[in-house]
Amino acid sequence: MIVVRQKPLDEICAMIAGHRSVLLVGCNTCAAVSLAGGETEVDTLLQLLRLTNKRHGMFIELSPAVLQRQCEPEYIECLQEGAYDAVLSLGCGAGVALLASTVGKPVYPALDTLFIGSAKGLARWQAECSACGQCVLGMTAGICPITRCAKGILNGPCGGVSDGTCELGDRPCAWVEIYERLDSLGCAKKFDTILAPKDNTTRQICEWDMSEGCDEK
Amino acid sequence: MSLSNAFGAGRFAITSEVGPPKGTDVAEMLATAEMLRGRVDALNVTDNQAAVMRLSTLAACVHLKNAGFDPVLQVTCRDRNRLALQSDLLGAASFGITNVLALTGDHVSVGDHPSARAVFDLESVQLLEVIRLLSAGVDAAGKELHGSPEFLVGAVVTPEARPLRPQMAKFAKKVSAGASFFQTQAVYDPESFKRFMENARQFEVKVMVGVVVLRSAGMARFMNKNIPGILVPDSIIDALESSSDPQATGIELTARFIDEVRDYCDGVHIMAVGAEHLVFEVLDAAGLTEGCIA
Ligand code: SF4
Ligand code: SF4
Repeated sequence: MIVVRQKPLDEICAMIAGHRSVLLVGCNTCAAVSLAGGETEVDTLLQLLRLTNKRHGMFIELSPAVLQRQCEPEYIECLQEGAYDAVLSLGCGAGVALLASTVGKPVYPALDTLFIGSAKGLARWQAECSACGQCVLGMTAGICPITRCAKGILNGPCGGVSDGTCELGDRPCAWVEIYERLDSLGCAKKFDTILAPKDNTTRQICEWDMSEGCDEK
Repeated sequence: MSLSNAFGAGRFAITSEVGPPKGTDVAEMLATAEMLRGRVDALNVTDNQAAVMRLSTLAACVHLKNAGFDPVLQVTCRDRNRLALQSDLLGAASFGITNVLALTGDHVSVGDHPSARAVFDLESVQLLEVIRLLSAGVDAAGKELHGSPEFLVGAVVTPEARPLRPQMAKFAKKVSAGASFFQTQAVYDPESFKRFMENARQFEVKVMVGVVVLRSAGMARFMNKNIPGILVPDSIIDALESSSDPQATGIELTARFIDEVRDYCDGVHIMAVGAEHLVFEVLDAAGLTEGCIA
């Protein structure tokens, strides 16, 4: 899933200041599971904005809507008409982008999009993938070195690892984890293969049309 | 004399390091190097060490080369993509710089420009492979070079990394990627270093033991706490603590350590960390008088 997090309230207020009527649009897929853009969060944000605006002596009419998914045209068709003069999206960057290209009014992001990740217990998420377009998880026991190693190293731990913790101090060393999992799976040999520098052209893919297939490299 | 001469002659090699200035004034860096003239075989030149922006390592190497020293160009992957790394390596070779040390490099977030974008288009192992390609006359894209470098290629290893096994597996990768000499992270326990060397001797590479002269018990504790891969034993901390002249004790302990391990490795790399004036005192105390770079 795409993991998102709500922006600071001040930043959101500044974006919508000057509009008369703003539609808050939630997204019931990733953003809802991220506890940042579902029905509850749309409601809460709406109340907070009302209070804040009142305190600042501003009046902006705010109304809520929640779409199943903001990143697919068929789900956002119903939004095209309305009295609002701006949209505040509680979707990921893709949701904001598609709304902005559709509704013909200013669209503002209420969330910051953090990463592609997995749920790690209650209200905690782990970054798992940076969409590099050329997956190496088969060589790394399912732990992404591009995403979880602070330096995106492909060939083993750097000298910064300290008792299994990354030099940045904010995470376990991805390469210690990769090494240990490969070992426990009986495939420690895989570590010995030198992985070549990434082909960064796959990171530049901007549009993909399945009917055109993948070009063979 | 030079690092390759020392290795070639089978002599115990001695290197130390200098850091380029923050700014354009290289006088102090050259004065530091001058203190070591005739005492070391080569001088490492750090590359935006600890992710702190400084004068370029390549420019500093050229200054040292012109002053008659044999510089070791430290190359990290943090600040340059594969194009910039290769062109700097070619540039270095064109100035007659023959030693390179391939490193991944500290992350930008530990340095003085923490919001910079960290590059890491390559990392140490891949950089070693690229250096091998350049030396064979082609670039990383397979294009032929007009004139190719001849480098003595080094890398680093942490003999007391925790955990150790992945570090040793990476050491083997660096060897197969073309590193012919290694400088180690600082080590203090001779027995642990000897165990490391037993393992390392399966490879035909030169290994220089890394040392950092301790100047106080506080410094030792600080390193234990903050520098990954460094393990100063309690016995050393105690000795420094009870000494009336901890700096002299630090020099003596370093000299004794070098003496104990010198038959097990091929040289010593003395990291001065801001106390370059102590390097020759260590060399004197360890009876290392042969190094020569003039
Ligand atoms: S290797 Fe690339 S595609 Fe695979 S998980 Fe990592 S970033 Fe995602
Ligand atoms: S300590 Fe591990 S995770 Fe952190 S940068 Fe180094 S190799 Fe990557």
